[in-house]
Amino acid sequence: MQNGGSTPRPASLSQAERIAQKTWREKVGLAEMLKGGVIMDVVNPDQAKISEDAGAVAVMALERVPADIRRDGGVARMSDPEMNQGIQASVSIPVMAKCRIGHFAEAQILEALEVDFIDESEVLTPADEENHVDKHGFTVPFVCGARNLGEALRRCGEGAAMIRTKGEAGTGDVVEAVRHMRTIMSQIRAVAAAREDELYVLAKEMQAPLEQVHTVHETGRLPVPNFSAGGIATPADAALMMQLGAETVFVGSGIFKSGDPAKRAKAMVEAVLFHRDPAKLAEISRDLGEPMVGISAGSLRPDELLAGRGW
Amino acid sequence: MGKVGVLSVQGDFARHRHVFHDLGIETQEVRVPEDLVECDRIVLPGGESTTIGMLMERTGLLTTLKAEIRAGLPAWGTCAGMILLAREVEGGSGPRLDILDVTVRRNAFGRQVHSFESDVEVEGVGTVTAVFIRAPIVTRVGAGVKVLSTVSEGVVAVREGNVLATSFHPELTGDPRVHEWFASL
Repeated sequence: MQNGGSTPRPASLSQAERIAQKTWREKVGLAEMLKGGVIMDVVNPDQAKISEDAGAVAVMALERVPADIRRDGGVARMSDPEMNQGIQASVSIPVMAKCRIGHFAEAQILEALEVDFIDESEVLTPADEENHVDKHGFTVPFVCGARNLGEALRRCGEGAAMIRTKGEAGTGDVVEAVRHMRTIMSQIRAVAAAREDELYVLAKEMQAPLEQVHTVHETGRLPVPNFSAGGIATPADAALMMQLGAETVFVGSGIFKSGDPAKRAKAMVEAVLFHRDPAKLAEISRDLGEPMVGISAGSLRPDELLAGRGW
Repeated sequence: MGKVGVLSVQGDFARHRHVFHDLGIETQEVRVPEDLVECDRIVLPGGESTTIGMLMERTGLLTTLKAEIRAGLPAWGTCAGMILLAREVEGGSGPRLDILDVTVRRNAFGRQVHSFESDVEVEGVGTVTAVFIRAPIVTRVGAGVKVLSTVSEGVVAVREGNVLATSFHPELTGDPRVHEWFASL
């Protein structure tokens, strides 16, 4: 069992580095397996089962969906292990769980529970306003949110095996997810097109590790899979994010805050598969019942925005 | 030579396509039955077998592909792909091709923290680095099925005629030998 973020790295790295290298491939490998799918927020085993039956590639176990966290206020923390384990026992697909930004002890607990992926998430109240979790020290892979390429590459530098747009969780308004995905994709294009001797200043401007900037320059993509989250509520939203470059979508409040969750969940899964086929999307979008009510992200005060959390 | 079809319903299909591309072999993304027309073999990638099987059933691809493989189309499943090919899956797993005479146990090594890498001997290929991610193993092998590779926990690669299945992911290691071998079958 690996230790968490507080453990200093050993001075002689050869063996440890080899292990880290191997683990890295398995971590990113799981993210690769989740591509082209929908990851659904669930608060109990029944919802997890509905998600699995609808074709979700994974579920995110949490006590309250972001819309409720937003409504209730207060401090949002890692969920009760019992709730996590109940959901893990109810499905065979991967189960993810959230820890607070920088809260490596919560992450250690989630690793001990053998969740399949940890989301170091701005949806919960941050525990550290400077440091994120040092994710290299964990065996379990991490996903982190990002609004731009610099933020995404800082998280990769810390060991994130998957990046997702932050969007604005719990609103049902896709505008912020679009903003973040467009920003990341256009910055990737700029880095890919830059001369090699310009990468130093680009890294400086984006506050991103130079090594990660080099990877983006060479490959024209993020170093890890690039998913989307935060306000995706309809099949059309899912198709929009996939066409903008997302490789999978997270749907938080959008399914179980809607009128007919089972039907909507299935429609979201099909919309990701057929995201480039408008005729199929029209069929998929029919008669889904009420979507989640939603809050316009533009109507939120700056202190109500979750996306600003994370550094 | 036709194209290698890569089932692109969900999962790491892009990684398989990259390996074939680097070998100079043309691929075709397969999402609906019509995509199979130009393919002279098919790869079923890793991903979530429940999701892939369900979507293949909804699009009609399950029936078409099953008939094609029965008629001799060479097929190779990695991880979730192995589950989709299997006749039996312990605990069940929804719609499948149901064509390879083996029983498979899903997530046989445990959850993600137990994912691992190991060098394994694959008959016909040699020693390869195998990446096991929430991987299945084969727990029963039918009479016509040849075991190609084992680890201490059990069988991880098999072949039955034109159907090949591996528990692990050669598409993730940068070593193209298994892809090359499959393309030559």
